[in-house]
Amino acid sequence: MDSIFIEGTPKTPNINFDNGKGALLLKGRSIPENSIEFYKPLVDWLEAYSNAPQPKTVCDIQLEYFNTSSSKCLLDLFKKMENMSKNGNEIIINWYYEEDDEDMLEAGEDYQSIINVPFKMIEMQD
Amino acid sequence: MTHNAIIDSVMTDEKDMAMNIYDLYHRMESNKVVLSFKGDVTSELMSSILQIIEQRMDSMNEAPKLRKKVYNVLVECLQNLYHHIDEVPVGSGKTGFDRSAIFMVSLSNNGYSITTGNYILTSRKNSFRDRLDRINSLDPNDLKELYKEVLSSDSRSNKGGGGLGMIDIARKTGKKLNYDFAPLNEEYSFFSLNINVEDNN
Repeated sequence: MDSIFIEGTPKTPNINFDNGKGALLLKGRSIPENSIEFYKPLVDWLEAYSNAPQPKTVCDIQLEYFNTSSSKCLLDLFKKMENMSKNGNEIIINWYYEEDDEDMLEAGEDYQSIINVPFKMIEMQD
Repeated sequence: MTHNAIIDSVMTDEKDMAMNIYDLYHRMESNKVVLSFKGDVTSELMSSILQIIEQRMDSMNEAPKLRKKVYNVLVECLQNLYHHIDEVPVGSGKTGFDRSAIFMVSLSNNGYSITTGNYILTSRKNSFRDRLDRINSLDPNDLKELYKEVLSSDSRSNKGGGGLGMIDIARKTGKKLNYDFAPLNEEYSFFSLNINVEDNN
C-alpha cells in the first residue's frame, strides 16, 4: 500500500502517513467545516494499514488548533490504533502541545482517558 | 416643490445619512468593536475573519494563551453559524430564503467579546435551550465528563461535530454561556450568544 502525504492548508493539517516506517504525522491546524470529508481517507488508510502494520507504529499529533468537528475524527483514528494495539502491535501516540497551552494538554488527556493506547505528552519550547 | 425646497431636502437627507453613519461609527467605536459582519456566513468569509482577528491579536501582542482561546472560540462560533442557521423566507415580494447572521468581535476589559445572532426555528428553540441550560449548570469537572461522553458517543451530525461546540466554548472560557432568544413570530425566533474570552482564567 502507498503512504499518504498531504500538504497542509490554513484549515487542514499536514499529513504524512509513512507505511514503510510505521510513522504517522498530523501537524498544523485542523479546522475544516467538513471534517469527515477530510478524515475519511485517513481512517480508511489506517484500517488497511492495520492488516499488515510495522512492528512498531509511532503517531505524532502536533496540532496547533483543532475544531470540535475534527475531535470526533481524531477519535476515529485513535480507535483504529487501539484495535491494532489490542491485536498485539506496538503503538505509541505522541501528543505535542506548546508551552503553557493547557487547553491542548487537557485535550490530549481527554483522549488518553478514552483510548487504551500509550500516550506521551510532550511540551514544546518556543 | 420649489427648486430651493428640493435642494434643502437633499441636503437634509445627506446630513441625516452622514449623521446616521457617524452614529453607527460612534457606537461601534465606544463598544470597541474590532470587526462586525452581517450576512451569509460562508467558508471563505470564515477564513477571512479568522485571518483578520489573528493579525489583529498579533499586532496587539496578545499573550499566546489568550490568542489561542480566542481563536478556538471564534472557530466554534463561526462554524455554529455556518452549520446551524435556520433559513427564513425573505420579505414580501421576493422569493428565496435568507441565511444571514450577525457576528461581532469587540475588546473587553481583559480580553475579547464575541457576539453572534441568527434565526432559529421556534420549534427547535426548547431543545436547544435545554442543552445550553444543562451546559450552564455544570462545573468544570462535569463539563469535562460531558465532553468526553459526547465525544465518544456514536451520535454525530453529518458535519461531524455532534454537539460538542457549545460544551467546548464553555470549557475553554470557564464561563456560563450568555444567550437569549427573541421571539419574532410563531415560526421563527432570533438567537443571540455573547461569549467573553479573558486572559485571567
